[in-house]
Order: sequence, then structure tokens, then C-alpha cells
Amino acid sequence: MSALLDVSGVTLRYKTSSVVVTATEKVSFSVDRSDRFVLLGPSGCGKSTLLKAVGGYMKPSEGKMRINGREIVEPGADRMMIFQEFDQLLPWKTVLENVMFPLLMTRKLAKKEAEARARAYIEKVSLTRVVDSYPHTLSGGMKQRVAIARGMAMEPDILLMDEPFAALDALTRRTCQDELLQLWEETKFTVLFVTHSIAEAIKIGNRILLLSPHPGRVKAEVIDVDRVSSEDGSAAKLEKQIHDLLFADTATAH
Amino acid sequence: MGEAKILMRRDAVAVATDPSEVERKLSVPELLWNDGFVRKTAIIIFLAVVWEIYGTILDNPLLFPTFHDTVITMYDKIKDGTIPLRAWASLKVLFMGYGTGIVLAALFTILAISTRIGTDFLETMTAMFNPLPAIALLPLALIWFGLGNGSLVFVLVHSVLWPVALNTHSGFKSVSNTLRMVGRNYGLRGLPYVARILIPAAFGSILTGLKIGWAFAWRTLIAAELVFGVSSGQGGLGWFIFENRNLLDIPAVFAGLLTVIVIGLIVENLIFRTIERNTVQKWGLQS
Repeated sequence: MSALLDVSGVTLRYKTSSVVVTATEKVSFSVDRSDRFVLLGPSGCGKSTLLKAVGGYMKPSEGKMRINGREIVEPGADRMMIFQEFDQLLPWKTVLENVMFPLLMTRKLAKKEAEARARAYIEKVSLTRVVDSYPHTLSGGMKQRVAIARGMAMEPDILLMDEPFAALDALTRRTCQDELLQLWEETKFTVLFVTHSIAEAIKIGNRILLLSPHPGRVKAEVIDVDRVSSEDGSAAKLEKQIHDLLFADTATAH
Repeated sequence: MGEAKILMRRDAVAVATDPSEVERKLSVPELLWNDGFVRKTAIIIFLAVVWEIYGTILDNPLLFPTFHDTVITMYDKIKDGTIPLRAWASLKVLFMGYGTGIVLAALFTILAISTRIGTDFLETMTAMFNPLPAIALLPLALIWFGLGNGSLVFVLVHSVLWPVALNTHSGFKSVSNTLRMVGRNYGLRGLPYVARILIPAAFGSILTGLKIGWAFAWRTLIAAELVFGVSSGQGGLGWFIFENRNLLDIPAVFAGLLTVIVIGLIVENLIFRTIERNTVQKWGLQS
């Protein structure tokens, strides 16, 4: 069986007003179905740019990206993005309408089925009591959970998460991470997750791709991440190893 | 290694017995004063009282009639149907101009957001024409369209188009990148993208543009009617004011002005406020 998402030799460049910046250089990886694949690296390693490219928001200047065998050329609802920013919910729609919106816009479901499915996913993230509230009345953590429900309700090929918990306070972040894993246990969706936190990468992922900065290149891939556990200290050990690997260059440079 | 201890405290349990301390209901005067409508009415009543006192002291109805004289004249003129007829004549022209202006503004802004040259076009046009008072085009309009509603509608369109287009465009430009990406994620493109994402997201700015456009149109219309007055046998409120000044019926002039003000207040405080309350305020985009 071929991989669900296949990224091979992708170089991403973007233009600022005066220079062309190379965000990633010849990055290759592949994500299988039901993977929790984490892109991890310090800022400037192009991990968010890579995710945007998979989302179809920018074209690689080299290399190919395929999802389900089809080449990625533009944004589409088969890859649902979940952003870090709290303003990703449409402020003029209630929680329910927000979750229904993509279902209706892509004509995936009729109104009645869309509502039923939206309600089911809102219940999964346990937000049923705010189903008719407007986003501005919700806390940051609740907004992110609505965004996750909205992404999952589409039942896309892959969920693309761009540091969705980075702007949350530490306690809420932990709850949200646990909830995400719980949801994965239930539905086994595929997710491509970007983070700069090593601990979060180990907690969320079953595979981690380590990227080095300026420009982003693949440094290593960590597999079988779900075998480590925080109880026996193996997670902490892995965290130390990854940390040493990522910051090896900076340590020698200084 | 030592171990930390958790000491339980009872404060939290004991204090929570008296709910009135946590939440106190506001008294009736406080509630009333919190209502913007009540506060504004109080201001208007205050102004009316000042007007009445000044008019009584001056005692010269040819220069400055009292408030109650004005109201009585207004009542008479409303009862005999003059003011409603004139107001309707003005509003009819206004709606034509306002409607056309908004449609044109919509076309211009859609052009502006879809192409770069369209943006440049809109920016240049608004920079040129927005500072130009619409009324300055009236002499020219009279030559082009003759003495009639055509000329009025032309200057009205000019007064509405630029502020609405300018505000709508700057509203579109300030829609957050995240929301744009969300919209494109669902495969929205072209007009559905504008209608489903950009317009609601920029609705606050659009509404501001509509309000400014309305105020510009209303004042331009009254001024234009004052300048060339009657068209096709039926004048509007501006002409009513001008006519009564010539007859030295000053209370009627004041009644005409008051009608202009009242219509302005109604549109601002009833129509636009209601739209605001049900949209941008409900969505938390504006407090």
C-alpha cells in the first residue's frame, strides 16, 4: 500500500520585498493512514511553510507532493487546516454553524445531515453546552476545540495542524493534547502536526520528523514514538536525545 | 528528597453562603442610565429646553422662533400633508442615488480585490473624487442631465460611491490572513468567497461606509434642492426650506430643518443601530 501523503524532494522558496528565502530544501517524508506525524524543529526550519505547502497554499519550486496519489495543486477540503490563531472561527457564525459551514460549502452533506454530524463532533470535543454561542464568547481552548471539531467533521484524508495549542496556557494545552489523543483513539484519523515543543511532539506523535533550520532540512526521523511513556522516564530520555540532536550544531558553534 | 504537603483551607467553603454579595442587581435609575437611548433622549430634551429658553428671551420669531412655535408649525405642516409629501419626494430621489451608488461601489470593490490594476484604479479614483464635494458637480450635472431628478441622482451617486467603496475596500484588506486561508481551504473562490468570507468579515467597515455614505447623500441632496429647487413640479425638503424663507415664514423654515434632522436621527439611531446590534455587536466585532 502506498503512503497517504507523499512528499519527495520538496524545496520551498518565498519572496519577501527584497530577497528570496529558501524555507525548506529537498525535504522528503511520507505519512501513512492513521499516522500522527509530527514536524518538529526550531523556528526558521520551515515547518509551518511545509504545512502550508501541503495545504496547497504555496507551490514547491522543486519536488512533488501527492495526497492519495493526486498531486497537490491548490487548497482543498480533503486536507483540513487547523491554525494556531484563535480567529480561525468565523465570528459571524455560532459554534454549530461554524462546524457545519465547510460541510455545506463543499456540498458534502445536505443541511440536515450536516447538522447531525456537526452536533456529533461538537459532542466529541464536549462543547455541546455552547453549541449556539458565538466564538467571541468562548475561551481560547474552546475555540481551538471547535476548530478541531470543524476539521474532523469533514472527515478529511488528513488533518493539518499548525501549532494549534501554542497560544494556550499550559494547563489548557495539556487538556487539549489529551483530548486530541482520545479523539484519535476513537476515530484513528491521520494528522500532520507542526510544533516547536519537543515534549508536545513526543506526546502527540507516533512519528516525528526533525528539521534543522536555515534552510529547513530533514535531520532525522523518530519512529515508534508511542512506545515511550512518561511513567518510566523513557519519554524524558527521548526528549533529552532529541534536544541534544536539534541543538548539537548550535552547541558547537558557540 | 523530601515530600511537599497540601494543607486544605476552609475559606472557600465558608464565604460562598451569601450570594447577594457576589452578584448585586442594579437599581432602576442605574439600569436606565446604562441604556444609550435614554441618555441620548436626555441630551435632546436638554437641547430643546435651551432652544425654548433662548427663543423666549430673544422674542423675535423672524430670527429665531421658539421650540414650541416650530413644533406647532411642524405639526400643522405634517397634518396638511406638505412635509410628508416633500420628505417623500426627497427620500425617493435619495433611495435612487443611494442604491445606485452602493451597486457601483460593490462593482468597483470586487474589481479592486480581484485584480491589482483594479486596486490601483479604485485607489486613484477615490483619491481624486472623495475630497471633491459632490455639490461642486451640480452645475455640470445640470448641463448634462437637465433640470430634473437625473442631475440629483448623479450628484448623489458621486457622494455615496467613494466613501462606501473606500471603506469596503479597506475592510476587505484588513480581513485576517487566517480567515482567508480558512475560506480557501473549503474550496471557496470568486464571488462565493467574497460573499461568504470577505463581506461578513469586513462587515464593520462596510457598515461604517454605508453610514458615511448615507450622511453625505442626505446633506448633498438637501443642499442640491436648495440650489435649484423644484424639479418636475414637486420639490423636496430643501426646496420647502428655501420657499418658506422667501415667504419669511421662519417657523416653517425651522420645521423643515427639524424634519431633516429628525429623519437623520431616525436612520442613524433606528435603522443603522438595529443592523449594528444584530450583526457586528452580536458577533463581538464591535463593542
